[in-house]
Amino acid sequence: MTAAADPVTVPMVKAESVCKNFGALKVLKGVTLEIGRGQVLVLVGPSGSGKSTFLRCINHLEQVNAGRLYVDGELIGYREKAGKLYEMPPREAARQRRDIGMVFQHFNLFPHRTALANIIEAPIQVRGVKKAAALERARDLLDQVGLGEKAEAYPAQLSGGQQQRVAIARALAMDPKLMLFDEPTSALDPELVGEVLGVMKKLASEGMTMVVVTHEMGFAREVADQLVFMDGGVIVESGPPRDVLSNPQHDRTKAFLSKVM
Amino acid sequence: MSVDVSSPPESPAAIDAVPLRHPSRWVAAIVILVLVALFVYGAATNEAYGWATFGKYILDERIVSGVWITIQLTIWSMLLAIVLAVLLAVMRLSPNPVFRAVSWVYLWVFRGTPVFVQLVFWGLIPTIYKNIQLGIPFGPTFFHLNIQNLSMYFVLAILGLGFNEAAYLAEIIRAGISSVPEGQTEASTALGMSWLLTMRRTVLPQAMRVIIPPTGNEFIGQLKTTSLAVAVPFTLDLFGRQRDIAGVIFEPIPMLLVAAAWYLLITSILMVGQFYLERYFSRGVSRTLTDKQLGALAEAQTLGEAGHI
Repeated sequence: MTAAADPVTVPMVKAESVCKNFGALKVLKGVTLEIGRGQVLVLVGPSGSGKSTFLRCINHLEQVNAGRLYVDGELIGYREKAGKLYEMPPREAARQRRDIGMVFQHFNLFPHRTALANIIEAPIQVRGVKKAAALERARDLLDQVGLGEKAEAYPAQLSGGQQQRVAIARALAMDPKLMLFDEPTSALDPELVGEVLGVMKKLASEGMTMVVVTHEMGFAREVADQLVFMDGGVIVESGPPRDVLSNPQHDRTKAFLSKVM
Repeated sequence: MSVDVSSPPESPAAIDAVPLRHPSRWVAAIVILVLVALFVYGAATNEAYGWATFGKYILDERIVSGVWITIQLTIWSMLLAIVLAVLLAVMRLSPNPVFRAVSWVYLWVFRGTPVFVQLVFWGLIPTIYKNIQLGIPFGPTFFHLNIQNLSMYFVLAILGLGFNEAAYLAEIIRAGISSVPEGQTEASTALGMSWLLTMRRTVLPQAMRVIIPPTGNEFIGQLKTTSLAVAVPFTLDLFGRQRDIAGVIFEPIPMLLVAAAWYLLITSILMVGQFYLERYFSRGVSRTLTDKQLGALAEAQTLGEAGHI
């Protein structure tokens, strides 16, 4: 932990003019925001607005081209020495990612492992947790997401909603300080969305810091502390969800919300 | 049209229909049977096949030891090939450009030349490199081996077969690795797994499902390719032994049948092994439930119904 990391005042995520381009294509054009501890930030915006890319920058799945991104006071993806930035060796990037859980649109569970084996994989292989302890924790997490009896099922034998709940449990097994959700309900049948949102609401109420990319405005209204509307690689508008949703200031926000709500 | 939802479901009688007849299958079967019977009769009565000689040599001590040598050649060369191929495939896909280039050149050379030619070259290694020295170039020597003094054709045959096969297996393994969706690597990375750990724990086990069936074919192919070891020249294997015997007794046809019968037998055993390997590595792939799981579900259903009444 760096000297600057004062656990109370340092925000969990701090982005300073984050830019990302893929070749000539500029996807993020300077995103600045802060997420406090235990806060839930919901990112909304049309597809191609850069919200998923920003999410992926937070755990260094994408490398930032300009600006700075800090998680828990620690610069992500680079080391700064005497005003000069050094690319981070993979081993250190992996160490940073261990503490950041991520949930994907298409679940990305390991199909060759049972639900239980999916959950204990990273704790055993990455953190070196003993198998018995990892199993106990995994069963506990499966109970928490309401899938205690599905421990031995393979992902292909589970519904989409069940798979996503296992994926959340898998991320939680690493005891992350921050959870990233990349459109976690977009690939689900409408009737299964609720069960995943339920688990996420519970997680938020337990004080987990969360960044959620979603189109579920009901979830945003109910759970988010901060709603951020992005378009064209920049933040257009942000604020408490009630204000942004019921009284949007910008035309682009209004146009977008009129389509999704 | 009306749908009656209020009445309890009745159990209709199970359907007892007359099964569909398949006359063309019977006709085809009879035609094939007649043809096979004619061929078998012809082969049994034709003296050129030399069945007496076949019977005499099929369990001959030299042939059986040749079979054993052939199996050893196959297993050792395939083990060498698999280790090399995994290395080559991972190098080919690694972020390191030097590794990628080395792997590409290897594949280019070993797939671009015939295995027979390669085996002759391996046989000539003791002539080309008369001895092996280990040390600092232009400096002191720590280790010295005169390979001309060794009879190492068995080892050279394994090396030749293994190095050639590695190039083909590497492509199979690369295809298998590429078949694993990107999301799998991403999920592993996001969990803090290193590139190597991701390969070992997430990607390679899933790639196995794609790799195993063609590798089984390569194994069977390698068994047959061992007969080219005569190019080294190594002649203690099944093919070399039968050729030596045939040369002495002047009866090549029954001896070839002896060799073919043994190759077929070993191939059949390998196919059984492949079946079980494929089944093991396809676990988790299908939504189809196993018999055990279906049984458990049926039991739960019966219990539920019983509870209903």
